[in-house]
Amino acid sequence: MKFMAPLTIVLIILGLIALYIIFAYNSLIRLKLRIDNAWSQIDVQLKRRYDLIPNLIETVKGYVKHEKKVLTEITNARAQLVSGSMKEKAKASDQLTSALKSLFAVAENYPNLKANENFKMLQEELAGTESKIAYSRQFYNDNVMNFNTAIQTFPKSIIASAFSFKEKEFFKAEGKEKENIKVNFD
Amino acid sequence: MLYNEISSNKAKSVFLFILFLMLIGVIGFVVNMLFFQGYVFIIFAAIIAIIFSLISYYSGDKIVLAMSHAREANKKEHTFLINAVEGLAIAAGIPKPKIYVIPGAQINAFACGRSPKTASVAVTEGALEKLDRQELEGVIAHELSHIKNYDIRVMMLASVLVGIIVFVSEILLRSFLWGGIKTNEDSKGMNIIFIVIGVVLLILAPIIAQMIKFAISRKREYLADASGALITRNPHGLANALRKIKNDVSGLKVASNSTAHLYISSPFKKKQWLATLFSTHPLLEDRIQKLERM
Repeated sequence: MKFMAPLTIVLIILGLIALYIIFAYNSLIRLKLRIDNAWSQIDVQLKRRYDLIPNLIETVKGYVKHEKKVLTEITNARAQLVSGSMKEKAKASDQLTSALKSLFAVAENYPNLKANENFKMLQEELAGTESKIAYSRQFYNDNVMNFNTAIQTFPKSIIASAFSFKEKEFFKAEGKEKENIKVNFD
Repeated sequence: MLYNEISSNKAKSVFLFILFLMLIGVIGFVVNMLFFQGYVFIIFAAIIAIIFSLISYYSGDKIVLAMSHAREANKKEHTFLINAVEGLAIAAGIPKPKIYVIPGAQINAFACGRSPKTASVAVTEGALEKLDRQELEGVIAHELSHIKNYDIRVMMLASVLVGIIVFVSEILLRSFLWGGIKTNEDSKGMNIIFIVIGVVLLILAPIIAQMIKFAISRKREYLADASGALITRNPHGLANALRKIKNDVSGLKVASNSTAHLYISSPFKKKQWLATLFSTHPLLEDRIQKLERM
């Protein structure tokens, strides 16, 4: 049997390279789509909290006449959530979280408010939404990390720069996200 | 890593399915050889087996939930449970599963379904009462990891397989023991059939149990513990929950041999020989230690 002609070998190698490029490109696109999906999860939860707050203010207003400051803080932070870059949104979200926390701390001093059914329901609902925001953030940042790692490691980094994939931004105000815990599978 | 786990689980599901068909085939073949002419019985058995497995594949989750007397959680009564499951499903990146509550004071939980889209989680009333929020989150995250990894599909098929073997061999053994005294002519032939199937199953049962153990390796529980901890970012929640489970003395009436391995920890406190044979749960101490070391 004759050996394969050099041309055939070259063609096979080129074919394999092309296949790899397609594969790598698709996997990067998939990672990117996952980030978009994760972002929409954050958005849903932010919107949910945004919608709950007017109700909360309405319920609380009558009881805590001397705590105007906390209520304005909440209203301001809520307003800032609507526009801005991701960083600004993250910052506004954090402010809102801490403003809500101080409101619920203040509410401890008002037994009548604490006994209000509507308030109790809103408190549980907001607590649930807060933790969903935290979880959707975690999911988003995990996906961003996967994507950023993929486009920076060889050989996908070549494909990433050829198709100009850009690093994605984490959803955080500043400083570090909660550290990833170490997992041992053995 | 996780995605390898998913494809390996999908392959295992196919393997279990084939195993199941082969088992029915062997029984059908033996009975056919001994008592019937032609291939009527074996074809009949194969058709029944295929129908049965399709039913269990598409509504196994509903069957398991009904067997456990589970009822759907409602927003008013189980606000925290629902919020926690929704939040953790977001963190795990899976659609929100259906949420059920099982009656019973024992702390336990399981997940079922054939894919993340059709999945359900169920927790006992005992778990809701005795666990604090972080512990409950740990348990739910463990169950959601089973859903995400497609463990639920393998476990459900295994459950059906074990269920059929246990059910048929118990019935046959009983009818053999009770019916053995009667010796009128009509029942004699049937008795021999039962004895033969019973013996075949008794020989096959340990082999099948071994294969199921291979499929539902104990590693699966450790893996779900670890990825659960990754979802909540808090291994201590689950560790504390497991510790409470260890010290829990309540039994769970609604669990049976065939559903036992679905649960986060074995629902039986007393050891039965069949349960031990099919036991797929690693020791709780081991799991707690591994979680604490993270």
